[in-house]
Amino acid sequence: MIPAEFEYEVAGSVDEAIELLGSREDAKLLAGGHSLIPAMKLRIARPGTLVDIGRIAGLSYVREDGDGIAIGALTRHQDVATSELLREHCGIVAHTAGEIGDPQVRHRGTIGGSVSHGDPASDLPGVLLTLDAELVATGPGGERRIAAADFFTGVFETALGPQDVLTEIRVPSLGGAGWAYLKFSRRAQDWATVGVAAVASNGGAKVGLVSMGATPLRASAVEQALASGADAAAAAEHADEGAEPSSDVAGSADYRRHLVRVLTRRALEQALSG
Amino acid sequence: MTAVGQSVLRKEDAKLLTGQGTYVDNLHPAGTVFVSIVRSPYAHARINGIDVSAAAAADGVVGVYTGADLESLWSGGLPCFWPVSDDIKLVKHLPLATDRARYAGDGVAVVVAETRVAAKDAAELVQVDYEPIPSVTDVEAAVADGAPLVHDDAPGNQAYTWELVTGDVDKVFADAAVTVKERYRQQRLIPTAMEPRGVLCEVNAAGDVTVITSTQGPHIMRTAYTLVLGIPEAKIRVIAPDVGGGFGSKLDVYAEDMIVIGLARKLGRPVKWTEERSEANVATIHGRDVIQEIELAATAEGKITGVRTRLRAAMGAYLQAVTPGVPLLGAWLYAGCYDVQAYDFHCTGVFTNTTPTDAYRGAGRPEATYAIERAIGALARQVGKSAVEIRRLNFIDSFPADIASGLQIDSGDYHAALDKGLEVLGYDAVLAEQADRRAANDRKQLGIGFSTYVEMCGLAPSRILGALRYGAGGWESLSVRVLPTGTVQVMSGTTPHGQGHATTFSQIVADRLGVEVSDVEFLSGDTAVVPTGMDTYGSRSLPVGGVALYHASEKVVAKAREIAAHQLEVAADDLDYEAGRFSVKGSPDKGMHVKEAAYVAWTAHNLPDGMEPGLEATYVYDPPNFSWPSGCHIAVVEVDTETGDVQLARYVAVDDIGNVINPMIVDGQVHGGIAQGVAQALWEEAVYDEDGNLLTGSLLNYLVPSAAELPSYELDRTVTPSPTNPLGVKGVGETGTIASTPAVVNAVLDALEPFGVTDIDMPTSPERVWRAIQEAKR
Ligand SMILES: Cc1cc2nc3c(=O)[nH]c(=O)nc-3n(C[C@H](O)[C@H](O)[C@H](O)COP(=O)(O)OP(=O)(O)OC[C@H]3O[C@@H](n4cnc5c(N)ncnc54)[C@H](O)[C@@H]3O)c2cc1C
Repeated sequence: MIPAEFEYEVAGSVDEAIELLGSREDAKLLAGGHSLIPAMKLRIARPGTLVDIGRIAGLSYVREDGDGIAIGALTRHQDVATSELLREHCGIVAHTAGEIGDPQVRHRGTIGGSVSHGDPASDLPGVLLTLDAELVATGPGGERRIAAADFFTGVFETALGPQDVLTEIRVPSLGGAGWAYLKFSRRAQDWATVGVAAVASNGGAKVGLVSMGATPLRASAVEQALASGADAAAAAEHADEGAEPSSDVAGSADYRRHLVRVLTRRALEQALSG
Repeated sequence: MTAVGQSVLRKEDAKLLTGQGTYVDNLHPAGTVFVSIVRSPYAHARINGIDVSAAAAADGVVGVYTGADLESLWSGGLPCFWPVSDDIKLVKHLPLATDRARYAGDGVAVVVAETRVAAKDAAELVQVDYEPIPSVTDVEAAVADGAPLVHDDAPGNQAYTWELVTGDVDKVFADAAVTVKERYRQQRLIPTAMEPRGVLCEVNAAGDVTVITSTQGPHIMRTAYTLVLGIPEAKIRVIAPDVGGGFGSKLDVYAEDMIVIGLARKLGRPVKWTEERSEANVATIHGRDVIQEIELAATAEGKITGVRTRLRAAMGAYLQAVTPGVPLLGAWLYAGCYDVQAYDFHCTGVFTNTTPTDAYRGAGRPEATYAIERAIGALARQVGKSAVEIRRLNFIDSFPADIASGLQIDSGDYHAALDKGLEVLGYDAVLAEQADRRAANDRKQLGIGFSTYVEMCGLAPSRILGALRYGAGGWESLSVRVLPTGTVQVMSGTTPHGQGHATTFSQIVADRLGVEVSDVEFLSGDTAVVPTGMDTYGSRSLPVGGVALYHASEKVVAKAREIAAHQLEVAADDLDYEAGRFSVKGSPDKGMHVKEAAYVAWTAHNLPDGMEPGLEATYVYDPPNFSWPSGCHIAVVEVDTETGDVQLARYVAVDDIGNVINPMIVDGQVHGGIAQGVAQALWEEAVYDEDGNLLTGSLLNYLVPSAAELPSYELDRTVTPSPTNPLGVKGVGETGTIASTPAVVNAVLDALEPFGVTDIDMPTSPERVWRAIQEAKR
């Protein structure tokens, strides 16, 4: 519960954060601190310097932008969960943010931290993958957009470079499309044993999975089955194809494979009923 | 109006809720140095050498010590106060292991530094040359042929055997029309008090040793420190400041206390250790971890005639303060509240390479209650009776009741509690809904589970403890002092760690002495203020300490009566006494209040000849019997038969704890107890991997439930006062934990009845439920 020694810097701007990341050894960004600080207390993470981006002005927002909605990386889960704009146009993101942890976690943790951390058990990454969201990273070479499909590369690994700051998350407006995010956990505050996101699309659905492998996954076999006319129940039987769930105290791999099929069927029934 | 029986708000809360509580870690005497303990990452390893040089050279380090360096500080090992049998193996348990680490978490070296951070950093630099050797963490694997030995001098890893047999058990089983045999697993639990442990020790130039420690037992600790460290007991002052929960885990005598005290004496500086949360999961005792086999013999209608129980109880790697005795605390209760003729209990204690186990809320009694309450369900299935019918057929129904296991239950009315439980539940409506869902093949099935329990608490009659080879008495010592201006001090040998003694005990005294609850000051938890006591465990504070307080108050009243009679110039017998005031029979306006008598007593200007000045009294009460709370708990669960998820939908608890002093505090105890018992049924489980690493080392994966997972309980009571004490009280600290676990598991099994599932291990996780359904389908 006592972290190893570290230096602490406050970044006044994104540029300053990028500069500090480049000039300090083993520097890490600190946003809400609700993934990083627990890891530091267990001495699993030992950054040399924490670069606190929590006070950078202007990175906490939810606004309309072209066809979609742009969410500032420092927006807290609580603000995402209660955003009227998101509720109306991309309800699945608001709903999912409201399913994260407990009230304390939601009032500190940020969407940017949640995405950048690359934890395969996190809820929002799976939903963003399902939505084909875009992630905006700003680094020494300027700004670039990364498709969610290219962003999550491994357990605690993402496409972000060592000097990149995630600045914005861009999600589509869903119009009237049905959606569901079903999170199965032992206790209210827990991470998902399995999570399934489904968004109705072109008569079928896009389906994303949480805690079913090293990264959030798209259940492409399910999507294909739907596209070729299978009903929800039949399509859901394919939910664990290609997944590589782990076994841990929350559940064995076999159980997760079973659970993901049940949850996928239910998520599809919900998303497609609208 | 009397104070007893009222939900007086807790006196302790204003301070605690505004952050003004004082816990060990809040105290920082000038010059304090901090301890960090180097713990074995291996379940079992030889210690071939320890290189402390890098740690010793680190910034801020005062000293680094191995077990060998400190061995001369402790004359013996840590004590086990309960050597239950002749064959017990009292294995050596040094505060720091020297030759071999026997569980993951066993301390092997200690770093002392100027700051907590420096101590922790330097602890990482201690190089221990471990040679891992085969280990065993499972209690059944530990008794298998060829299992690795935790202690070379305990063959077969057997710590002891103990039995209790009455009646002709073999005959009863041979004659039985029906028998059932069940096997249950009490998973290992981690007590998880809100405040982890901590200890701070200061030694002055005169050699006076003050130990401030987060304990349930300052008096027990004082004796233990003397036994282990050889410090004269009168030189030791132990203070338990505000203590943030314990559940039994803080009753124990721990290595860290000895290390801190030993180092404070050696270094001449205040020394402090504060447990980290993940450290607590390995370094503080665990609970349960027992394999139970229970057999019932019964008539064709289901009337139980005999009970036979075989336990294999994990001790862990060492015997802590009362480790071997924990299963015995349930030894009398394996027939529950049912009338049987023959009784056979047998327990084997088993060493494993795990954190030692010891008393955890309910200690032995939750295990016993679980076994009988599940087994009676199995019997009901076999003879085709409902859960309610089988219980009614078997209830003990005349009191006091001499039970087959050999003790006497003081009082009770088990039918009344069941009646009330069914009424509060609205049993018929729930049964109807269950039937509908079954008929509709609903995805979510309802289950109703019963637990009608009796437990023994108010630990304990000293003679019985002696007969069981327990190393201490079971009395309690309480003192009452009326100060010259009429306010009252209570000095209590039992000390709270969350129970609300200050309020409850003030209510008792207020009624006896006719003062306000706010006139009473409750003092405890400091051996300089309250020199003797037997501390807090086994739901004993009220049925033992509270009764001592009653008697001490009566002694004060008796003396005040003499003083009043003298002052009023009448005979003592000519005084009536009500609400603190003595009045002369026949002329009630002539009188004197206890408060006035106190002033007279302390000024001593005009006391009866030969009377000692002052108005105070001590009473040491040794209970003549245990007290026997009982009741009926009913759980309703909703099981998602596809995912295996179990939701606790309703929870009804009807408890009979005798007379109630403070209903609000009682409800609080029941609430917390139910939460802990439900947690065992549904969530909590300490899991070791095959190498003996604790996989549930933090609150991330050791699943303590929160309010979000639990329904609002529906509480009610029946009252059969205990006839063995003048307050008629029985104790309530453990009832919830004892009763609730089987109620919930029985409910889960009831929900799964359509699938033919008749057994499931705890916790009934979604995966276990799902697997049980799959297996039954096959
Ligand atoms: C008790 C508890 C329960 C939780 N339950 C859940 C749950 O159910 N579901 C769930 O999804 N999450 C859960 N979380 C995690 C929570 O959502 C975290 O808030 C989130 O994962 C990280 O966000 P943060 O702002 O706190 O990031 P931090 O902890 O500050 O940072 C996390 C990582 O991301 C990096 N980082 C942060 N911001 C940026 C950025 N803008 N650009 C680049 N890198 C960045 C940091 O350097 C660090 O490596 C829980 C956390 C706790 C403590």
